[in-house]
Amino acid sequence: MAARRRTFRHGVHPPELKELTEGEKIRRMPFPDEVILPLSQHTGKPAIPIVQQGDRVERGDKIARADGFISSPIHASASGTVAAIELWPHPDGTYKPAIRIAVDRYSAQVPRPRIVPRWEGLSPEEIVQAVQDAGVVGLGGAAFPTHVKLSPPEDARIETILINGCECEPYLTTDHHIMAEYPERVYLGIRIMMQALRVKRAMIGVEKNKPDAIEALRATRPGDLNVTVHPVTVKYPQGAEKMLIKALLGREVPSGKLPMNVGVVVQNVGSCAAIAEVFDTGMPLIERIVTVTGLGVKRPANLIVPVGTRVGELIEVCGGLTEDAHEIVFGGPMMGAPQASFDVPILKGVTGVVVLSKAETKPKESYPCIRCGHCLDACPVFLNPQLLGQQALAGHYQDMEEHHIWDCMLCGCCSYVCPSNIPLSQLFQVARTAIRRLGSKAAAA
Amino acid sequence: MSQPRFLVTASPHLKGPATTPAIMWNVVGSLVPIVVAALFFFGLGALLVIISATAGALITERLFGQKGSLLDGSAMITGLLLGLTLPPGFPLWMAFVGGFFGIAFGKLLFGGLGQNIFNPALLGRAFLQAAFPVAITTWPAAGGGFWDVTAENLALPLMGAGETDTVTGATPLGLFKFEGVGTDTVDMFIGSIGGSLGETSAVIITLCGGYLALRNFLNWRIPAGIFITVAVLSGLLHLLDATRYPDPAFMLFSGGLMLGAWFMATDLVTSPVTKVGNWIFAAGVGVLIVIIRLWGGLPEGVMYAILIMNALVPFINRSTQPQVFGTRVQEAES
Repeated sequence: MAARRRTFRHGVHPPELKELTEGEKIRRMPFPDEVILPLSQHTGKPAIPIVQQGDRVERGDKIARADGFISSPIHASASGTVAAIELWPHPDGTYKPAIRIAVDRYSAQVPRPRIVPRWEGLSPEEIVQAVQDAGVVGLGGAAFPTHVKLSPPEDARIETILINGCECEPYLTTDHHIMAEYPERVYLGIRIMMQALRVKRAMIGVEKNKPDAIEALRATRPGDLNVTVHPVTVKYPQGAEKMLIKALLGREVPSGKLPMNVGVVVQNVGSCAAIAEVFDTGMPLIERIVTVTGLGVKRPANLIVPVGTRVGELIEVCGGLTEDAHEIVFGGPMMGAPQASFDVPILKGVTGVVVLSKAETKPKESYPCIRCGHCLDACPVFLNPQLLGQQALAGHYQDMEEHHIWDCMLCGCCSYVCPSNIPLSQLFQVARTAIRRLGSKAAAA
Repeated sequence: MSQPRFLVTASPHLKGPATTPAIMWNVVGSLVPIVVAALFFFGLGALLVIISATAGALITERLFGQKGSLLDGSAMITGLLLGLTLPPGFPLWMAFVGGFFGIAFGKLLFGGLGQNIFNPALLGRAFLQAAFPVAITTWPAAGGGFWDVTAENLALPLMGAGETDTVTGATPLGLFKFEGVGTDTVDMFIGSIGGSLGETSAVIITLCGGYLALRNFLNWRIPAGIFITVAVLSGLLHLLDATRYPDPAFMLFSGGLMLGAWFMATDLVTSPVTKVGNWIFAAGVGVLIVIIRLWGGLPEGVMYAILIMNALVPFINRSTQPQVFGTRVQEAES
């Protein structure tokens, strides 16, 4: 293939800000006093509790079962006693049912012995079932149940698995360290997924700003596997599925369709490592690697965190907040969700905790749109945010649907470049919620 | 652990460096050398004309605009640009009225910054041209004394033009159109020619505009498109009949083309938002300039060319919407 530049068109170049945790090796944090496990940690139906208040649970025990196929079970991330099943602050800003486990202070946190089936002998269906039973969801942020992606419909012809190691969000170094420190696990996960999908080819895309990760992946690449490592251009949002497919394969996922419509399944490197863990040790997804960073944290770190740890406790492990701390964001600063409380738990899909400083969050004055067109030059899906913004403000939601508002990824590039500081992606988010409530054909589809 | 109060805002939580006032004030800054050049070529009277036009614009914005809208710098640009399109001996009160008209009717009537259809400076100038056709086409010969402030400059409102006490010269375009005389291209390039205040030095205008283009504060496609269109079109005509049609260099460096292409047509508010749209817009301006200059009744066509294309911007925007990611594939399938 010609030495074509591996990227997509448009996008933005925010400061990378990864220095804070780039050199921090992954460490394990001490077990918290309490873990809070919301039943809804994934895209799809919430899990259904199978334990009751007062029940004793061991680390790794299933405590809530999946409700149907597009759902995922929840497992206890620490040994202890179920203290309550009640509403608790959820990272999405609402209260949602959660199982609270008071962690046993004297427990060694050793999971029950379990039988680990050898994956080599498993059929694709058995692998998919095992992945669902282990509660594995996409660890790149969206938390879409991984087993669903591994069981495409009969008519879809998947020929390539793309492994997403871009990590284009500023500040975050989670995937970076997974690739640099656990490349073998990433490859084992890829191997198992290739078997589940009966796919012959896998490609890993890594942004060029992680040379040590690229080096580690290349050094440990198994010779018998058709998997290649591709450095891609450092640009936001390179890690968006559709952008990565465009960069590595030159294909455009049709509007409103999924990657499998172009023969591709995209998985995050963290999900690969999690699947490897399932078939290596038999442990379900009960912990994940989280970058805790930002100018508002005293000792930024890349930590192995039990799912359900309160963010306040996590920040305490990292030395606490600085005087300057002003806003806590789950995920990266471009798409991440702000958190109002220390009590919010880390979910399976939380890639990072970024504590922004006062200077970074200083409110900026808004001006009228001057039609400079910078947002059009930034939008990676070639929308017209200028026009959509006007329509959103006017409440012309139907026009917005005609102008492809459902193709918007809410990546925030338009808001980032807008010189008049118009909160475009926020307007789009609000508009989409309104359209959903009004009930639209596109939203229902 | 006690918990401080946190800010909760929507993503993205990072913001790029560009701001609207920064863009506007950079444009103002890059107009300063052009103002200084006007002062150098035409003397103190020129500066007074620019100040009057700017004062008209600023005072109008302050009185009728939204609170604090002076700070965004856009009224300043309108005033300066209008001043630069006027002849050096222009009565100051008329310049002031032009500034008022441009801001009041060209911008605030539409709803202020970002809402207007026409370039306010050009609308102000169009008004002056309609209201005071003689004063606006009276060009003193270049090279008067630096301290000269002509009697026309100081004419009182509505009292008619005073007696002309300066030697009037003609602009290169006027000379060509009405007398069939050419002008040395090098003179036009440097600026030692007759003409409106900011329309003379192609070098300085290009440097200042180029700076803005490099910083992405103006869209380079517009001046590039205008230059290419004018050069190609007038080049072809020149090849056909060199006596009737001037050469492309003359067309490019004469009149308000440089200032118009770099600073007026590129007005963010009144130019298209799409890249393709900008090329179409620029080509339209270029074609209209050539048509008006060579076959129209006026020696200069930049102003009307831009205003006409301004009116077409909504249409251009609508018909050059970008192809949404993933929609091409679908069309191919169906």
